[in-house]
Amino acid sequence: MAETATAEPTGPSRSAIDATLRAILSDVLALDAERVESFDGDTGLFGHLPELDSMAVATLLTEMEDRLHIIIEDDDVDGEMLETYGGLLAFAEAKTIEG
Amino acid sequence: MYETWPAPLPEGGTSEEMALVFKATGGNRLLVLPPLFEEANRLRRQLRAVMRLLSLRGIASVLPDLPGCNESLAPLGQQTLAGWRTAAEVAVGHFGATHVLAVRTGAAIAPAELPGWLYAPQAPARALTSLARAQSLSEAETGVGRQPAEVIADAREHGGIVAGWTMSGEMVRELEQSTGVQTGDLVVVDHEEIGGSPLWLRAEIGEDADQAQALADLLARELAR
Repeated sequence: MAETATAEPTGPSRSAIDATLRAILSDVLALDAERVESFDGDTGLFGHLPELDSMAVATLLTEMEDRLHIIIEDDDVDGEMLETYGGLLAFAEAKTIEG
Repeated sequence: MYETWPAPLPEGGTSEEMALVFKATGGNRLLVLPPLFEEANRLRRQLRAVMRLLSLRGIASVLPDLPGCNESLAPLGQQTLAGWRTAAEVAVGHFGATHVLAVRTGAAIAPAELPGWLYAPQAPARALTSLARAQSLSEAETGVGRQPAEVIADAREHGGIVAGWTMSGEMVRELEQSTGVQTGDLVVVDHEEIGGSPLWLRAEIGEDADQAQALADLLARELAR
């Protein structure tokens, strides 16, 4: 996976995707940067954070499309992708490479 | 502070609607058009704060309820985007607006004849996508879920409730077709110029004094030119 970590010339790096995703979560959930910074791969999202209701998830998905320049298909959205921060990040990375 | 105005309805006739009005001594009068649907709720307090700051600088402003929105008694499910555009034009004449500030999807109904600003404009089709996703996710929680595309298809055909917002079939078709932002002669204000976390993304309704000040400053500066 070293290639994706250094893929800056052809697309955003993993760390850039991670930073963008945390910034979006901070905006949508109105959480301060430190709190969102403390999220790890296992941090629960949809169904775990009371602020993250269906409208907030919808806002999150649409904002991910805008800021990461990806298209999220209806079929992409499932419980696994939304359940943890790690799942969401892995999805965003896969979509960015695909796009 | 509050006035009423006769807003035109799509099927003819008018509806007596409320308008939030800030008076001021100067000659400029800003028509404020909030985002459509969900984001209108998230931004109402903030827009009120901006209007208050503008009035302190001698700039009058008005935020009219459109039929079906905010305190309106007109059924939301009978409104159309074209109807709201007409209502915004009528509001210009009724309130003597000299400029317009349209926020997010409010850009889609900004009157063409006024100078002014589009703040962080968003295409209505994007807002519809978000609402359909929210509807789909909340249905999935109950076990019988439609995909967002199905939510839109159903609402397009028969009208329907999308994430709590009642929409006519005509409204859904208009929103779907509004995939871009028509800027015309209006000046686009990107959120980067204001700074901070965009309040329209927040799950909870918020207010941000620094952002309100920054937007009021920008508008006052431009109006003084």
